[in-house]
Amino acid sequence: MAKRDVPEINAGSMADIAFLLLIFFLVATTMDVDSGITRKLPPWVVDQAQDLRVKERNVLIVLINKDNQLAVEGNLTDPLNLKDITKEFYVNPADLENLSEGEMASHKLEKYIKANEEDNIRKYNRLIKEIGDVKISKGIVSLQNDRGTKYSKYIEIQNYLVASINELRDELAEKVYENKFNDCTEDQQELIQLVYPLSISEAEPKSFK
Amino acid sequence: MSKFSKNKKKGASAISTASLPDIVFMILFFFMVTTTMKETELKIKIKLPQATEVKKLENKSMVSYIYIGKPIPALQELYGSEPKIQLNDQISELTDIYNYVMAERGAVAEELQPQMTTSLKVDEETEMGIVTDLKQELRKAQALKINYSSRKMVKKK
Repeated sequence: MAKRDVPEINAGSMADIAFLLLIFFLVATTMDVDSGITRKLPPWVVDQAQDLRVKERNVLIVLINKDNQLAVEGNLTDPLNLKDITKEFYVNPADLENLSEGEMASHKLEKYIKANEEDNIRKYNRLIKEIGDVKISKGIVSLQNDRGTKYSKYIEIQNYLVASINELRDELAEKVYENKFNDCTEDQQELIQLVYPLSISEAEPKSFK
Repeated sequence: MSKFSKNKKKGASAISTASLPDIVFMILFFFMVTTTMKETELKIKIKLPQATEVKKLENKSMVSYIYIGKPIPALQELYGSEPKIQLNDQISELTDIYNYVMAERGAVAEELQPQMTTSLKVDEETEMGIVTDLKQELRKAQALKINYSSRKMVKKK
């Protein structure tokens, strides 16, 4: 007698069902991951004149006018050079008069001991132990724009400023921990952030030519 | 003789499609896993600017979105062609932002409120004026953590 075939289950419509679901998800899908430049705004103060007083040499003024031109400290500048200018401003390797002042970590620690700020004392003690007594810049980048500045230009400049800080952090991380900043542990990142804080001031908008 | 003639059927035998569902299911699962549903319908056109130093936004339930851009052509008669702010599903005014932030904040447990981020999705052609006004409103509402949403661009070395 011939072997009897086991009747096959018809799976032909399975594909149809799967296709239906597939098309639904294809349509409903948005693939974008949300990413962007994170920034912190200064708190709202009623009295605008009550601004923080900062020495002139410690502020790097970056202006973008309505024609999307960039000026650093009053000089027209190519955006491509901004990253290097910012890095030099922060580090000030030659201790130039017109670039940002630095303060030794140990000096800061003394101040915090005087003020009895436990949290900061602990942080700076760790900083000196792990990274050493480094110079911490007092520099602030003040980014100002006109109302007519294009948003894409503004983001481009923001991006360069963040990039300069990120590069400084990476360099320090490589030197001390032999790792990229993003691959360091949270504790290590915290210390590096102490040395290179992201100090970009989102100043009040101004109108200028 | 009959044996030979029996095996010789006309035409090629059908290709088995039994594995087709498997393939389709594989694609299906991929899309199911990567999918995030669209939350709001945009009434304005937005092309995000590009940046290299972007960070991923984590914890999406802590993020509220504000969109700025020109209304889509179908709605330009109604709203004009100047850049507008959209909150949730509506074109809104600057003065609505304070209430919007407060409403978003109210939906979150109190101890988590400092983690809240506002994601600004702004069209790259927009002029900064409206963005600056928006930032001032956010400062008034104490929503200080912001994120300039941008597309990731590959770093040029």
